[in-house]
Amino acid sequence: MVAIVDYDAGNLRSVQRACQHVGMKAGITSDPDEVRRADRLIFPGVGSAASAVGTLAERGLDEAILEFFRSGKPILGICLGLQIALEFTEEGNQHCLGIIPGACERFSFRDKALKVPHIGWNEVEIIKPHPVLGSVTSGDEFYFVHSYFAHVERSEHVYGRTTYGDQTFSSVIGRDNFFATQFHLEKSGEMGLKLLAGFMQWEGDQDAQ
Amino acid sequence: MLSKRIIACLDVRNGQLAKSVKFVDTRDIGDPVAKAREYYQDGLDELVFYDITASSDQRNIMLEVVEQVAEQVFIPFSVGGGIRTVEDASRLLGAGAEKINVNSAAVKRPELIKECAHAIGSQNTVLSMDIMKVEMSREFPSGYEVVINGGRTPMGIDALTWALQGEELGAGELVVNSIDADGTRSGYEINLTRMISEAVSIPVIASGGAGKPEHLYDVLTEGKADAALVASMVHFNEYTVSGLKQYLHERGVKVRLRY
Repeated sequence: MVAIVDYDAGNLRSVQRACQHVGMKAGITSDPDEVRRADRLIFPGVGSAASAVGTLAERGLDEAILEFFRSGKPILGICLGLQIALEFTEEGNQHCLGIIPGACERFSFRDKALKVPHIGWNEVEIIKPHPVLGSVTSGDEFYFVHSYFAHVERSEHVYGRTTYGDQTFSSVIGRDNFFATQFHLEKSGEMGLKLLAGFMQWEGDQDAQ
Repeated sequence: MLSKRIIACLDVRNGQLAKSVKFVDTRDIGDPVAKAREYYQDGLDELVFYDITASSDQRNIMLEVVEQVAEQVFIPFSVGGGIRTVEDASRLLGAGAEKINVNSAAVKRPELIKECAHAIGSQNTVLSMDIMKVEMSREFPSGYEVVINGGRTPMGIDALTWALQGEELGAGELVVNSIDADGTRSGYEINLTRMISEAVSIPVIASGGAGKPEHLYDVLTEGKADAALVASMVHFNEYTVSGLKQYLHERGVKVRLRY
């Protein structure tokens, strides 16, 4: 079973619908035991990281997600799910799950023409291949909505990056059986669905093709 | 680099697609779900549905339309029209909309923007403004006034003041709709769009007046809009979404071409 983690962070039904469209039956759950039992986990989310991390802890979902990660089964983080997987976010000075070394900081531009949040379609530059990325090539565009961006400490965890204004950030990251995108692949048209289908095929091994 | 977005606006009345001309005379032109899918396949970046159903007991039809669209179209789409409460907004999100647009009800009760931003997030709360050109005065320093009811009711509020207040209250994006330009197909209100886009730090979607590809070019460059709303120019198959994008690309505007 595929479980979509529900921690009151955005509209999960769009993720569920996209899963359904690529032939993956996914259930939405906030029960830590169901999370542990799942074969695959999707960890989506939009909104405030500070309140999201609080909700995860209240429901015991933080431990369940970390256990799931250690079990080696595939996890997909989307948007806030990517940010919370890092160690720390500037948003509310919040400690996060720490699956990948790094932190999130807020976009800040001197140029007033650059709007925050970063909303819209932007290009992803692929740094190195990953089984989930499949046929996605550098320059393909995906839909972003976020005000904070990821600084990943080690280049080995970065698979794709995106530039907004003069800021380049990690937009596709991964470590072992964890893979995450800053963009909303469930709202990124056929390209996004292709990635979701790629996740479905993936067994959690980084080098498997 | 971030692409400029092309957003198609579909007016829906009693579950059917309608295209309004100056909001007064509306004629039905077909099935909104089929149209949404067609645009999606042709590379549209985003969709907006405005529910112009007159009677509130018919509004459940819109929820059905939203559900059907959400099952087939995997780009962001927002819904506006008749949203007066957080419950209205949540119902639409639950049915599959990505964002909601508030308009008249927010002018009458600005707290609605704050309530929606809090409940569903700023990024999902779009403030749509209908604006009319007026004499520049102490009351209207920008020379533009906020109107509601499709332009029939002037509200005595300066447009720029309202845009800034909307941002302050938590709107994540603004739709700037010129009532004067709407339905004329003679071009967007460039001056108005640029003025608001330069004043706020959230994305601005230009609306009203699109008739030719160069109108999109003008508003996305000179008008400093982040996105351009189109309606009749694509609804009647005079232009295609992919054709408009190709045109913009050739003139040096960054748009999403691979999909």
